[in-house]
Amino acid sequence: MTSADYLIREVSLPDGKKVDLTIANGLIASVAAGYKGEAKIVIDGTDCVVLPGLVDLHTHLREPGREDAETVLSGSRAGAKGGFTALSAMANTSPVADTAGVVEQVYRLGQDAGLLDVYPIGAVTQGLKGEALSEIGAMADSVARVRVFSDDGNCVSNPLVMRRALEYIKKFGGVIAQHAQDPGMTVGSQMNEGEISAMLGLKGWPAVAEEAIIARDVLLADHVNSRLHICHLTTAGGVEIIRWAKARGINVTAEVTPHHLLLTDDLATSYDPVYKVNPPLRTEADVHALREALADGTIDIVATDHAPHPTESKECEWQEAAFGMLGLETALSIVQKTMVDSGLMDWVKVAERMSIMPAKIGGYDNQGKPLVAGSIANLVVINPSKKWTVDRDLVLSNSSNTPFHAHELPGVITHTFYKGAATFSNGTIVSAGSI
Amino acid sequence: MRHLLSISDLTKAEAISILDTAAELARVSDGAVKKLPTLRGRTIVNLFAEDSTRTRISFEAAAKRLSADVINFSAKGSSLSKGESLKDTAMTLQAMGADAVVIRHPASGAAQRLADSEWMSGSVVNAGDGTHEHPSQALLDAFTIRKHLGMGGSDLSGLSVAIVGDILHSRVARSNVLLLSMLGAKVTLVAPPTLLPVGIDNWPTSVSYDLDSVIPHVDVVMMLRVQQERMSDLFFPNAREYSRYFGLNSDRMDTMKSGAIVMHPGPMNRGLEISAEVADSARSVITEQVTNGVSVRMAILYVLLAGGALEVGSN
Repeated sequence: MTSADYLIREVSLPDGKKVDLTIANGLIASVAAGYKGEAKIVIDGTDCVVLPGLVDLHTHLREPGREDAETVLSGSRAGAKGGFTALSAMANTSPVADTAGVVEQVYRLGQDAGLLDVYPIGAVTQGLKGEALSEIGAMADSVARVRVFSDDGNCVSNPLVMRRALEYIKKFGGVIAQHAQDPGMTVGSQMNEGEISAMLGLKGWPAVAEEAIIARDVLLADHVNSRLHICHLTTAGGVEIIRWAKARGINVTAEVTPHHLLLTDDLATSYDPVYKVNPPLRTEADVHALREALADGTIDIVATDHAPHPTESKECEWQEAAFGMLGLETALSIVQKTMVDSGLMDWVKVAERMSIMPAKIGGYDNQGKPLVAGSIANLVVINPSKKWTVDRDLVLSNSSNTPFHAHELPGVITHTFYKGAATFSNGTIVSAGSI
Repeated sequence: MRHLLSISDLTKAEAISILDTAAELARVSDGAVKKLPTLRGRTIVNLFAEDSTRTRISFEAAAKRLSADVINFSAKGSSLSKGESLKDTAMTLQAMGADAVVIRHPASGAAQRLADSEWMSGSVVNAGDGTHEHPSQALLDAFTIRKHLGMGGSDLSGLSVAIVGDILHSRVARSNVLLLSMLGAKVTLVAPPTLLPVGIDNWPTSVSYDLDSVIPHVDVVMMLRVQQERMSDLFFPNAREYSRYFGLNSDRMDTMKSGAIVMHPGPMNRGLEISAEVADSARSVITEQVTNGVSVRMAILYVLLAGGALEVGSN
């Protein structure tokens, strides 16, 4: 019998079944109790759960252009630490990822980093301006093989542009990921419009500005029979619209971020811009609606919207500060805290929402695979019974704008495996090729 | 009490103690020698990142009457207009040894950012932050109301106040809603629906869109300034229509209760939210608000920097 590269002993599969899982030659070699063979590295999986490697459909890696905030390498390291084996690099870089050249550059930077798959997302419109379509076909045909297109940060607000984009991507089975924000209703907006914004005197970002675009776009997707994905859903009303659209058979999927599953707009009373994010933190009622929708499948996936910003962009007045917060290194713990420990989801559903479905939506062939012999060994191992405390000075991202600083969170990720090699092991990033 | 950032920082007793201290200090100001030595050797910086003549002068006069050294730091021609961050400005002031910073800033929450940060250690007084709060204005308004209409008690129980105009963008309104209701007054907000914030159902106020139905029943009509930039932003069709429904003119003033007063935080748009006849009428206490502002700001600096309220009756 040949020796395995890794043996994870007595680990729980998402359904709770205890197995010995072995990895050899980049693949899962065996998944069964009582492994008797050899292994180069043996990991005690007692108390741990193994999941297919996490797949993020919404990551801001900032390269090219803002390498002070994040690079593909630093973002990959943060991702590996967070249990991810695939990230989707948003198009709002400088230059914008609206040509084959830029997406191929980002794709190659991801390969060079070698810690996980980096799938570039292409811009829907040139320069994210919402006017003329970018080179969607060229990006789809490039080495990066782009399938997800988004102007994230900006909404594709012109209904005709959105319609054409939805139609055009049918050529190769793509998807438009919409940042749903009616720009006319949100000029200068700072936070959720409601009780807290009224008190703080911060300009409101009304829920209806999100919901109106979602409603329009599910109808457009229905009309042209194309595929729509709604980014970072935040409102109870948006959930209702997605639920209605799915019941009607419309081809729509939706994501929620970890921070919108936990944090609420009252945090803005500190005026600390670490809580400033777009779309904004909403109310307790919205958080509950999002959790229920994620549990029942109305919301298909969790995506981080990991948005690194340099210190000076947050160490200022609220209205001067940049929108966005880190997410990669805390995502799985936040999902455990909000969804698993609360009894709303089991680990089977976590695997579904954080790996299998995002891989399916993005068309990422080597991701979200079943945990059976022969599958590519993209895996994360988490010990749900252990806790850890977030420290913004210890994050692997180039930025430190985590809203969870000093929070004690459940779930310690012990290992991440990418193509059969450990990229993260007991607190340390393992560079590719070093095993 | 180390900072004054919001009326919500104050208990009712603390608010009343500031008003009582202001009354004592006003008595001093009426005397031949207007100056007290209380803050001699202390440095107060007026950090005004937004144009404001009256509030800055009022704080400056207050600080000088308490013998403090005053440094004025205004937006125009300063490092603030050259893009220096609030953090760097604050650290500069700290390095210069400011005991207190009186800050006026266009960003809501700027005063709190300054106070909560480790950028400086002095007291922070919010002299108006964006569309959030303007606590010293509310205190001087309460002081003026109490002086004119107080029923002998220390608070404003039994009085009703209408605040009229652009509630949505008004820091004066937010601070007054908190303070006047805390002091027992019944507050009614009167505005076109477009200029009322979404999410005020839980405010301790009632709301009306009809000024005519409110005016005869209140003791105080507080008019708010309508900023020029609201004119072109769809809040109302035009200035004349605003004035017709929400302006205070002589006809409306004639329906006020006897003894009821008219207030305005200034600067006024005569002919828009308030007619010249009303502004200059016997009911108007607008210039007295300015006078009282100095005493109230002396009281705020006194309480924050001299470590407590002035004993009533002391001199």
